[in-house]
Parts: sequence; structure tokens; C-alpha cells
Amino acid sequence: MYKIVEREVLVPNIVHIKVEAPYVAQAAQPGQFVILRVDEQGERFPMSLADWDREKGTINIAFFVLGTSTMKLAALKEGDSILDCVGPLGNPTEIENYGNVLLACGCFGIGPTIKLAEALKEKGNKIISVMEARSKAYLFWQDRLRDVSDEFHVVVGDSSYGKKEWTNDFIQEYLRAGNKVDIIFAHGCPFMMMECSKASKPFGVKTIVSLTTIMVDGTGMCGSCRITVGEETKFACVDGPEFDGHEVDWDNLIMRQRRYIPQEYRSFSLWERDNWHKIMDVALYEKEKLLMMQQG
Amino acid sequence: MAEMIPIKERMQRDQVQMPEQDPQIRGHNFNEVPTGYTKEMAIYEAQRCLQCTPPKCVEGCPAEVRITEFIQKIVEEDFAGSYFEILKTNNLPAVCGRVCPQETQCCETCVLNKKGKPIAIGRLERFVSDWARENGVHEKLPEIKKKGKTVAVIGAGPAGLVCAADLQKMGYDVTIFEAFHASGGVLVYGIPEFRLPKEIVRYEAGEIEKLGVKFETDFVAGKTKSIPDMAKEFNAMFIAIGAGAPRFMEIPGENLAMVYSANEFLTRSNLMKAYRFPEYDTPIKIGRKVCTIGAGNVSMDSARTALRLGAEVSHIVYRRSRKEAPARIEEIAHAEEEGVVLNFLTLPIKVLGDYETGEVTGMECIKMELGEPDESGRRRPIPVEGTNFIIEADMVIDSIGTLANPIVPRSAAALGVEINKWGYFVFDEETMQTTREGIFCGGDIARGAATVILAVGDGKKAARGIDKYLSSGNSLKESLNK
Ligand SMILES: Cc1cc2nc3c(=O)[nH]c(=O)nc-3n(C[C@H](O)[C@H](O)[C@H](O)COP(=O)(O)OP(=O)(O)OC[C@H]3O[C@@H](n4cnc5c(N)ncnc54)[C@H](O)[C@@H]3O)c2cc1C
Ligand SMILES: Cc1cc2nc3c(=O)[nH]c(=O)nc-3n(C[C@H](O)[C@H](O)[C@H](O)COP(=O)(O)OP(=O)(O)OC[C@H]3O[C@@H](n4cnc5c(N)ncnc54)[C@H](O)[C@@H]3O)c2cc1C
Ligand code: SF4
Ligand code: FES
Repeated sequence: MYKIVEREVLVPNIVHIKVEAPYVAQAAQPGQFVILRVDEQGERFPMSLADWDREKGTINIAFFVLGTSTMKLAALKEGDSILDCVGPLGNPTEIENYGNVLLACGCFGIGPTIKLAEALKEKGNKIISVMEARSKAYLFWQDRLRDVSDEFHVVVGDSSYGKKEWTNDFIQEYLRAGNKVDIIFAHGCPFMMMECSKASKPFGVKTIVSLTTIMVDGTGMCGSCRITVGEETKFACVDGPEFDGHEVDWDNLIMRQRRYIPQEYRSFSLWERDNWHKIMDVALYEKEKLLMMQQG
Repeated sequence: MAEMIPIKERMQRDQVQMPEQDPQIRGHNFNEVPTGYTKEMAIYEAQRCLQCTPPKCVEGCPAEVRITEFIQKIVEEDFAGSYFEILKTNNLPAVCGRVCPQETQCCETCVLNKKGKPIAIGRLERFVSDWARENGVHEKLPEIKKKGKTVAVIGAGPAGLVCAADLQKMGYDVTIFEAFHASGGVLVYGIPEFRLPKEIVRYEAGEIEKLGVKFETDFVAGKTKSIPDMAKEFNAMFIAIGAGAPRFMEIPGENLAMVYSANEFLTRSNLMKAYRFPEYDTPIKIGRKVCTIGAGNVSMDSARTALRLGAEVSHIVYRRSRKEAPARIEEIAHAEEEGVVLNFLTLPIKVLGDYETGEVTGMECIKMELGEPDESGRRRPIPVEGTNFIIEADMVIDSIGTLANPIVPRSAAALGVEINKWGYFVFDEETMQTTREGIFCGGDIARGAATVILAVGDGKKAARGIDKYLSSGNSLKESLNK
């Protein structure tokens, strides 16, 4: 059992938790992930490591609330436990002195990108970061990313924060303006990473993406996570999760990502019918906690 | 006590048949297919045994089960005593009684096999261990004298479990590290419920835990901690990680959404209980016409699972002939009875489908004929030109075998643990030691995909090897911390 020691709702659709997982915390490196299983009926699903504390033995995860598994996770309060947490899995990011590094992130990719920025910065890279959100209200951890960046940019997909723009638009303009970039790392939803790869391709700037394929074991035993990179079949869990975005067969990836949509809908609607009160419970709990804190 | 019958009558009796669920019914449920001997059946069968000295049957058993002793105790109606006889050499009797290929082991060497009527040793083993489980009979062990030395076992499959049990009984302190959330290895994620109820694996692993073995699940050796770091904490190490990495045909269309590896299909269904979706969250897709490539036990399990999940047609496609099929005869028979269609001498060359939706529409195949024997001694299948045809299918399951998973070998390389060209460990047949002193291996990661009982045999052999290593005053961690 892995205890949740902290929980906060970062923005309306993203929850951040800190979990006791001493082994994982001890071995974690930027770019890696864990596999969770919330309860006995639960599925195994991957989550990137957004942070860790080796001394306290805790790891942090920021997740997008989407379907049954993430909803079950969101319904847990501080003090509750997750049944299984295994990792760190996947290959760590190759941290080298590349020169000028552009980090594009959005959604649950923001946490892992901050860890990556720290490690790259330490190696002497110049960090240019760009964070995206659909709207200003969905931005989080800007300060943390700004602190480790030499250049920091924010783009949002509506007009709530200046110009309407996504990370791929930013990359295109930035490269077109003649700025020197040696490598790009993109972390976010598959669509965002695909668009970033497309934007950088004409400029020939290597773009590393962190793929979020459907996984079961996360250790190379099932092939659920397989994708086509170049002409080859790769397992995202053990060969990745990071790959050259210009080589990834995005159509194949997205097709395989959509494999279980009807089942996911069915599972979620059944779960929600019986468990919606749990979400209300957590909301009430958080409200009370806030009140207590305000009253000192 | 049941009566001892004269030798002549023993020879005349026929083998007691195993009662089974009707194929029409069982094809739609996940309950166990053979339902097990009754007490009367077991005694009647046990009475047939000639009690040979020395017993030929035992020569065929990699776990050296005390066959004559446990069968005699059945005749004496001392089922608890019979169970303890088995446990002396094998801690997974209810599992082995169900999944061992007895026809090529103890039953093959049994003297009565000359008449085609070997003693049904596996069924008796199953009866005794089921009886013990149902009646809450546990092994009473003498006080174990602790040796104050620790052993790490990596992988909780049959090899790891048995090695841990033996070492713990010798007085060592054993910790098993397992990547999955449950122990059992292939027994829980591969072999389906209808052949081996998971309840039984859990029970027998639980009995091993009661011996004092510590279990660390959710621990991927080589990732959660490196092998060199783990080695620094233990006096010896046993690696039994199986050979679970799936192989694909490498033909066009294999990355369509409706193409599964047998490992994924079976893991979803067995370990994750997708056959009980949506009560369990893990989804599984099932086609109406399912095509499984390969003819091993794993392929039969996949094809039969597909039927139970609702497939209307379940095909097996295999490039060689029935004679070369690696599955147990009994499993092929079970599959056929349930309606699995076997297509021999057929090689798939392409999966057809829609690259937008990921759906599969069929599989293009070519007919084969058998040529000269190849290096495996089996006649080499050769494609017959111009015989291409399409099998209609909306789901394909690749079941052509597995490979070594490189996570542990890569991490262990730093200590000088060598692998052969197929990625399996190089080891000493006598002690199961790898090329690094103090690190031992066994099961599928040593031999390539093999059988449960060979894994059990390796686990036992390695336990003896480790005992010898440690008794001579050696220690893995000391050798590293120097
Ligand atoms: C290496 C990796 C790292 C990830 N890191 C994060 C993260 O830090 N934060 C975050 O919010 N999400 C992350 N994801 C995605 C996350 O795993 C899925 O969003 C989650 O599994 C959805 O489950 P669900 O039941 O809530 O939704 P569902 O309704 O079941 O699924 C919604 C969609 O999520 C994807 N999905 C479903 N099941 C799985 C599965 N077992 N494995 C992977 N994807 C699945 C599918 O595309 C599906 O269509 C990561 C994925 C991978 C592979
Ligand atoms: C579907 C199927 C049906 C079969 N049917 C039969 C049958 O009827 N009869 C028969 O005799 N044999 C059968 N076999 C073969 C038999 O199951 C195997 O030969 C046997 O299980 C091998 O045992 P093992 O202990 O070597 O490995 P496994 O059973 O594979 O166990 C290895 C364990 O190690 C764990 N592991 C792997 N990597 C790591 C890591 N890095 N860290 C920690 N743990 C790790 C795995 O999760 C697993 O639990 C079948 C196999 C399959 C797949
Ligand atoms: S060889 Fe056959 S008859 Fe002889 S002891 Fe063994 S099981 Fe009995
Ligand atoms: S998740 Fe099973 S092989 Fe990658």
C-alpha cells in the first residue's frame, strides 16, 4: 500500500498527489514513470514522475482526470492509499550538454518538464521553456518552471492571455525567427507532441517526445504499448518512453491509443453512477481543511 | 485402509478417466475443465500402482516427487500423509498435478505405460493436494535452525517460489522480489483460470509465505534497484525472471489495434480479470472471428480463452503439421472438442485491415509443405507458391513464442553475469550458478521457454547449489563490499 500524503487540485482538471513510495523515490530519474493500480478491481496505468524526494521517500504525480482509473485516483483523500505503485520504469532522459534546449510542455507534462529542466540546467544547457494551457485558468507551476529557465514563455489556446497560440505555433515562430535551438523536448498530450514534432521538422531540430501509449505491465512483457518508430516496432515502456518525434508514426500511435474507447465509456459510466458521491466527499473534505487552516 | 489388490488384478484394471465439464458448456465459462477425482476414484486408481523398486516413474520427474510413497498412502487412505510425502520435494503440487506434461515425464517412464495404461500420477497428485487444501491440512515443520544468512530471489514464478521454499526450510532468510502485484509468474498471468484456478496458485504461494519467506511485490529488479545494488545486500542471489518478452511475426499489419500478443491477451484476461469487465476495470477486445498464430500451449490457451470471451470462430494457424505442434496432446484435444479450428501447414504473411480505425479484416496466408529435417530435427516447412489465400478474421493473436526480457541481464552484466546469443543466462548444470559466483539462475531465463516442472527442478537444484556455496563460507555481498 502506498499512502497519499498530500493532495491538491491544481486546476479544474488536474490533480496533484504526493505518495509514499521510498524505493521509487530513491531510484527516480527525469523522464521515468510509474505504474499504478488503485484498488483490487483496478487496471494498471502509467503516470510520469512529476517530482520526488529521496530523503522523505515520496514521489509526486500530476494527473489529468479522464476516465475510471484517474477518477478513482482523484477520489482518494490525503491518508488514503493506492494499492500498487511500481517503478521507476522506462529509460531516463539522456542528460547531456546539448547547448540551447527548448522545452515545450502542457497539461501533465509540466511537472516532468520542470525536473528535466533542473537536470539539463545543471549540465550547463541554456533552457528556453514554453508552457501551454487551453486557457489562463488552466496554467499551474509557472513560477517553478520560470525559476529554472533562462527564457520562459506562456501560450494559451484562447484569448485569456494575450495572443491565442499553442506550443507548436510558438516553436514554429521561434525557429523561423532564426533562434538557435539544438534540441527540443516536448511533453504533454499526444496531439500536442505530434504538432510540436511537425512544427520543428522543417527546421531539422531534433525533437524528443514522451509517448503515452496504453500499457499493462510496463516492463516489456505484453507488447500493448508497441508503436512504429521509423520502420521498426518499439515498446514504449522499455525502449522509451522517449522517442524522436520525427520518426514516430503518429497515425499508428493515435489509432492504438483509441483501442478501448467504447469499453472506457462503459466502465466510466458504471463507476460514476455508483461512486459520484466520493468525488463530492473529497471536495467537502478539502473545503473543511481549508476552513480549518484559515481559522488557524 | 483400502485393500491391497493382487498384482494380476492391478494389471487388468484400466486407468480411471478424469471427469470433465461438457465441452458445449465449458466453452462458455471460465470454470476448471477437468473436475478432479473423487476419493473413490483416487483410491481405485492408486490401487493399480505396482510399487516398483526402484520406481521407473520417479526417473521421469524433474522434481523427484516420492511417487510410490504418496500413492501408497492414498491406498492406505492417509491423504494427509500422502500430501506430506509430496511436499518433501515439491511445494507446488496442486499446480503441477494440473499443468505438468506427465505424458512425457513420469507417465512415460511408468512401467505400466508399456501396456498404454500408466498410473494417472498427475491426477492423483492433484487429488491429494486439493484434499489437503479443502481440509485445511498444513505441513508441520520441525523447528528450523536459522543460519543467519540472506538470499534474494528475483521473480515469483515456479522456479523462484520453489527455490525460496527450499532455502527457507534449510534455515536461510529469503526475500522474493516480484515485478507484478501478484506472485505466481506465468501461473497467474499466462495459464487461464479454466486450466489452473488462480485461487490455487495464491494458496500454494501463501503456504510458502507461511514458511517465513518475505515477498516484495511491485519491485522490478534492475529498475527499482540495480542488480549490483541488490547484490550488496544479500549473501546469495537466485534469478528466475522467466522469458516473458513476446515475439511478433514481423509481418505487415501487425501494429493494427486488433492484433494482440498472446501475452497481452492472456495477461489482461487472467491477471487483470478482464473476463469480468466491467466489474474489473481492465478492458479487453474480442473479435467474432479470432485467429491465433502458433500451436503451443500458449496458443491453445489463447484460442480457448477467445471462445470463452465470446468469439464465434476461433482458428489456430500453424506453419508445421499436427505432429510438430508443441502443445500437449491433451490441450490440443481440449481445444478441438471446444470447437477451435486447427489450420496446419499454413503461414500467415500479412494482416489485412483498416489503418484508420485499427480494425482487422483478415489474414493472408500461404500453404506450406514439409521438406527435409532442419536443425531441430523437425521437417522444415516450405511455402508452396501460388497457394495464397485469406482467412477471414477480425482479431489476430500472435503466439509464436517469447524471448528473454533484457532488463535484468543488462543490469547484471556489470557483475560479470554472462548471457548466450539468445539472451539467456550461461550457467553451470550442476549448481545452476551463473558466470558470477554467488548469483544463480533457473527456469525459463536459463533454458528458454520450457515447463513449470523444469522450473521447479531448477529451483530445487539452485537451492542446493546456494546451500553449498554458503556452507563453504562464501558470500555475495562480502565479495562485493571488499
Ligand atoms: C509513460 C506514460 C506516462 C503518463 N503520464 C501521465 C501523467 O503524468 N499524468 C496523466 O494524467 N496521464 C499520464 N499518462 C496517461 C495516463 O496513463 C492515462 O490518461 C490514464 O491511464 C487514463 O486512464 P483512465 O481510466 O482514467 O481513462 P480511460 O477512460 O480508461 O482512458 C482514456 C484514454 O487514456 C488512455 N489510456 C487508457 N488506459 C491506459 C493505460 N492503461 N495506459 C496508458 N494509457 C491509457 C487511452 O488513450 C484512453 O483512450 C501517461 C501515460 C504513459 C504511457
Ligand atoms: C500461456 C502459457 C501456458 C503454459 N502452459 C504450460 C503447461 O500447461 N505446462 C507447463 O509445464 N508449462 C506451461 N507453460 C510454461 C511455464 O508456465 C513456464 O515454463 C514456467 O512458468 C517458467 O517458470 P519461471 O519461474 O522460470 O518463470 P515465470 O513463470 O515466467 O515467472 C517469472 C516471474 O519473474 C517476474 N519478473 C520478471 N522480470 C522481473 C524483474 N525484473 N524483477 C522482478 N520480477 C521479475 C515475472 O513477473 C514473473 O512473475 C505455459 C506458459 C504460458 C505462457
Ligand atoms: S512406475 Fe508406475 S507402477 Fe511403478 S511405481 Fe511408478 S507409478 Fe507405480
Ligand atoms: S506495457 Fe507491456 S510491453 Fe510495454
